[in-house]
Amino acid sequence: MSVDIQTVRRIAKLARIQVSENDADLESMTTELNAILNWVEQLEEVDTSNVSPMKSAVETSLFQRADKVTDGGYPEKIVKNAPRAQDNMFVVPRVVE
Amino acid sequence: MSNLTDLTMAEARDGLRAKDFSAVDLTKAHLEAIEGAGALNCFVTNTPDLALERAAQSDNRIGSGESGSMEGMPIAVKDLFCTRDVQTTASSHILQGFTPTYESTVSQNLIDDGAIMLGKTNLDEFAMGSSNETSYFEPVVNPWRREGDDTPLVPGGSSGGSSASVAARLCVGATGTDTGGSIRQPAAFTGIVGVKPTYGRCSRWGIVAFASSLDQAGPMTRTVRDAAIMLGSMASYDPKDSTSIDRDVPNYEAELGKDVRGLKIGIPTEYRVDGMDPEIEKLWSSGADWLRDAGAEIVDISLPHTKYALPAYYIIAPAEASSNLARYDGVKYGLRVSESDDDITELYEKTRAEGFGTEVKRRVLIGTYVLSAGYYDAYYIKAQKVRSLIAQDFTNVFDKVDAILTPTTPSAAFGIGDRTDDPISMYLNDVFTVTVNLAGLPGISIPAGLDANGLPLGLQLIGRAFDEQTLFRLGSVVEQAAAFKASPVNWWSAAS
Repeated sequence: MSVDIQTVRRIAKLARIQVSENDADLESMTTELNAILNWVEQLEEVDTSNVSPMKSAVETSLFQRADKVTDGGYPEKIVKNAPRAQDNMFVVPRVVE
Repeated sequence: MSNLTDLTMAEARDGLRAKDFSAVDLTKAHLEAIEGAGALNCFVTNTPDLALERAAQSDNRIGSGESGSMEGMPIAVKDLFCTRDVQTTASSHILQGFTPTYESTVSQNLIDDGAIMLGKTNLDEFAMGSSNETSYFEPVVNPWRREGDDTPLVPGGSSGGSSASVAARLCVGATGTDTGGSIRQPAAFTGIVGVKPTYGRCSRWGIVAFASSLDQAGPMTRTVRDAAIMLGSMASYDPKDSTSIDRDVPNYEAELGKDVRGLKIGIPTEYRVDGMDPEIEKLWSSGADWLRDAGAEIVDISLPHTKYALPAYYIIAPAEASSNLARYDGVKYGLRVSESDDDITELYEKTRAEGFGTEVKRRVLIGTYVLSAGYYDAYYIKAQKVRSLIAQDFTNVFDKVDAILTPTTPSAAFGIGDRTDDPISMYLNDVFTVTVNLAGLPGISIPAGLDANGLPLGLQLIGRAFDEQTLFRLGSVVEQAAAFKASPVNWWSAAS
């Protein structure tokens, strides 16, 4: 499988990364992504029928803790690094008209 | 006082105990060395005032007999660990100015044991790279040079500022993180020791996430003993990291000098890759000889899926990265790029376009693609299945052997700019290290010799999960037999 410039635009949109409107600027990115995708596709040679996907590096069951509040109550710390904050809230452009 | 910077961690510990010098003396000597090493570009942020304040507190504790295991040790911290009230950037423009209100568990453990942070070290942006060249804050320069050649070389990556600062005697040790080789490869490129512990041994809490199922913190030091001391402090069970494992931390230092007779060491056939540097091949067989001479038994083994480890990694790691890096949105912290009439999507897209560098964008796009509808099974699930087979390869051989010996890297350090044109040639740096991350196992890189140009080369030992002890025991044998005493000639003080 290989990607074309339109697919790169679609992926960039999904990833919320602005890319140039000029197709020529996306050619090198498209070529690089295809080189990587072609290279990883050698995995197709491997017979993985009856193999389960490995989702975690160690076999362990997640421990359960009591369902109690153990942290929090410091909104000023949460917004401290926000580029724009007001009244301990993050400020974003209007999203509801 | 400049000789204080030549001390290993164990020697510095002895000197502090004997009151030959104070923690303030030791810290000042290293801060002076850092001031004279601007040409190496090891640090993103220097914290000399904080270091001197903590050193004075350390001297008080030493005076009252309350020393911790890292008491008074001047260390550098990779700028991927969140540090309270000290800027933490991951060497990315998008996090520039971010000042955490909390401390990562690993760096807190080090503070609790008396360590003194000198500053935050440079790295590849979000730890994505093998040469430190993807940093927003410019590449780190390797303190090592080829003999009679001033060409600036890379220090390896992603923990390049940490490796270079340990090799250049700017600190006694440094923290690193290793997702595909980011501790062991830079350790090999700079002639130092680096340990990637078992997944779950060190808490990931407070470390800027790259690929969560692979990331692991570890020590970078000049000796195996120092790595044992430092890992003992970094490792802990942490309920704040759900993948942290609740197991006691053994006394790693006590393993050094223990008998290795009868231990079986595997030599994997598949690591003899085409075009391998003959000097590295020779060093690898020397390593096997050293262990055999110490009474270990050398066994040929096969890890048949080795060649598929890097391609699997370059699906799994970007997939996890694309999810982890979704949090950088121009709202919560760091950079925000928008015009007054932009909507929120434009704010996200502009911030991320300007805030992420080329390699990070490349990986986020690859990760987004392999996770997108229609491609998830073909790429992501397939890679996870291959990961199972790679882990199974190790499980099979660990029935027969106690550890595995390999080279750490396929080459010595290369020139800055030499491999930036071709991402895949850069990715191949991790061909011997990445399998360990996929399988969640511990690995150690030990400086074992110099190539014909006078550059350091490393050997890697791989162990069973949670068997770092055997790696320290064997690593100490390799270290003694290799008798690696070389250090880089200081050219940087004059250049800084």
